[in-house]
Amino acid sequence: MSLKLENVTKRFGSLTAVNQLSLEIPSNEIFGFLGANGAGKTTTFRMILGLLDLSNGSILWDGRPINYETSPYIGYLPEERGLYPKLKVKDQVVYLARLRGMDKQNAEKELKKWLDRFQVPQYEMKKVEELSKGNQQKIQFITAVLHKPKLLILDEPFSGLDPVNVELLKEAVLDLKNSGTTIVFSSHRMEHVEELCEHVCIMQKGSPVLSGSLREIKRSFGKKNISIAADFSLDYLKEFPGVLKWKKTSEGALLQVETEEAGQPILESLIGKGFVRKFSIDEPSLNDIFIEKVGLSYE
Amino acid sequence: MNKFWMMLVHTYGTKLKTKSFIVTTIILVAAIFLMANINKIISYFDGHEVKHIAVLDESNGVIFAPLKTSLAAVDKDIKLEKSGDDETALKKQVSEGKLDGYLVLSLDERHLPKAVYRSESSDSNTADRLKNALQTVKGQMVAGKLQLTSDKLALLNSPVSFEKVPLDRKAQSKEQQGAASALVYVLLIAIYMSVLMYANMIATEVAVEKSSRVMEILISSVSPIKQMFAKILGVGLLGLTQIIIAIAAGVLALQTNSEVLSFIKHFHISSMAASTIGYAIVFFLLGYFLYATLAALLGSLVSRVEDIQQMVLPMTFLVVIGFMVSMYGMNQPDAAFVTVASYIPFFTPMIMFMRYGLLGIPTWEVLVGIAIMIVSIIILAVMGARIYRGGVLMYGTSSSLKNIKTAFLLTKKEPTSERKKNIPF
Repeated sequence: MSLKLENVTKRFGSLTAVNQLSLEIPSNEIFGFLGANGAGKTTTFRMILGLLDLSNGSILWDGRPINYETSPYIGYLPEERGLYPKLKVKDQVVYLARLRGMDKQNAEKELKKWLDRFQVPQYEMKKVEELSKGNQQKIQFITAVLHKPKLLILDEPFSGLDPVNVELLKEAVLDLKNSGTTIVFSSHRMEHVEELCEHVCIMQKGSPVLSGSLREIKRSFGKKNISIAADFSLDYLKEFPGVLKWKKTSEGALLQVETEEAGQPILESLIGKGFVRKFSIDEPSLNDIFIEKVGLSYE
Repeated sequence: MNKFWMMLVHTYGTKLKTKSFIVTTIILVAAIFLMANINKIISYFDGHEVKHIAVLDESNGVIFAPLKTSLAAVDKDIKLEKSGDDETALKKQVSEGKLDGYLVLSLDERHLPKAVYRSESSDSNTADRLKNALQTVKGQMVAGKLQLTSDKLALLNSPVSFEKVPLDRKAQSKEQQGAASALVYVLLIAIYMSVLMYANMIATEVAVEKSSRVMEILISSVSPIKQMFAKILGVGLLGLTQIIIAIAAGVLALQTNSEVLSFIKHFHISSMAASTIGYAIVFFLLGYFLYATLAALLGSLVSRVEDIQQMVLPMTFLVVIGFMVSMYGMNQPDAAFVTVASYIPFFTPMIMFMRYGLLGIPTWEVLVGIAIMIVSIIILAVMGARIYRGGVLMYGTSSSLKNIKTAFLLTKKEPTSERKKNIPF
């Protein structure tokens, strides 16, 4: 039950919001969508959900187009809060779940479970506008997953949450994945994507700049990071062969080198200069790759 | 239960529980009870009070006795008492509140009654009643002088018989016409009020869903056209509930007040042709659907609830113009521009029905009006569904009717517009 996007293009007048996007999102996996505001993430999601028509291309889920018949199998968490401010949590979550084809008793039962899990059972009878932003986001998340969708689309699910709640939600996302849900989610927080996803797609101005499995992307990137903690000055490494970037840290320095092999001469050069507490060659972070590829910094 | 019904019930149920609905319904019921008992309320405030009026008779009793008799025959609230005091003493008593006023009776040079009434307030009601009674006395005195019998006097006073029969009103009796024009009034006001209230409610409801972005979730589960009509029907049912409560309150209120009930029976509701009542219902429903569809469409175009008033303003103007033209038309239903206006869909429910009720126009004209309305509703619904779908995804500078175009193009497969505004991301 994979989601397949083929040459998906969306134009608004003369502006191309999404250009020739082809992706295959494997089932039972968490897929990460990265990009700045305006990169075309939300537009892509809206096309997947059928809210917007495609200018070109096709989107198929399990070999079939997505329409109102498939809506019971799809869950959606919009980027901004999408709840009735004046309605009680129970009333609206149950209503929205019923519109997705769930029956009332079942929806009420599931809601209780989820509220307990998120440690907020006391909000069942509260109006949404009385809740804090973070708690509203929890309700929003429950709304997206209550009917046990097979395809779950999360647009910036962790925005506005404190670290404790981010962990709570992340755990829930992983559990859903393990129970067989295909999850597509967008973020501009690299660490979340890195932690959760196996496959990613980085979008820039409507076009995919990088897409594939996270491991592959990192491997093919080639460049490595070296972090050193030492008592003496590491300034000389700035000019060392093979060093692409040099950054001073509180303990020593963080380097980016062309290849893994460039690490050996650096290590040798350190010997005899003084006390070295740490020397490690690491995989580049997604953030490094992103900055390299897109040339912009986020956050 | 399918999704359409779920949305309908949801709209109806949540709106029914809102404070604003409960409060307006209570005000409405209270207003109906007040109106139905208006005669009692008025008499409560003035009627129970007996007026004490002193009389200074300078005619040696010629006027006082007949005046008292003639007044007593029609009015028990005014008590006349002959007084021996002089004017200065009476004036003092009036200003102290012991008397409501005093009346100085005398005879003029032709030996006919003459009176001066003085009171603290400018109470014209009491003065008029005294004047009428004195007029009767004067009539009797003149009749006595002319040696007229009371029969002849009654003959002289009886009103002339005058009846107007318009020739172009076919098949409608006088009672039916009276009833029809009463019904026209009721329908005009009903359409006017419900469009202003319920259409605004729909527009606001849509705008709230859009601004709270719950629309994005709704529209991915239920198609926009279903949503739109679920909302229109849900609010329609709500309106119907309110109307039924109002009618029930009216019937109940009238049961307790036979005086107003007999007044209403003058309109001969029962003599009204069934077709007139039928058309009233048809035009009311069509009018509601037309304006409700327009309201849903307009509501989907704004991003913030605050902008809704500005957006529905053109719609409000349409209703007001329609109402004004039909009010004018009540006096001159055959004016050419009234006829023309009755074929403009937004005016048809009010003006066409007014013409039917007052002129008894041929059935085909009414049917053409109904057909025009049905076609307009279908066109608006089809356009509305598309604009609704595009409009709910548009955020940004709103409140311009140009948004309709943008919204329309947003749902097109291959947009050709050069507009870059309001592009959703």
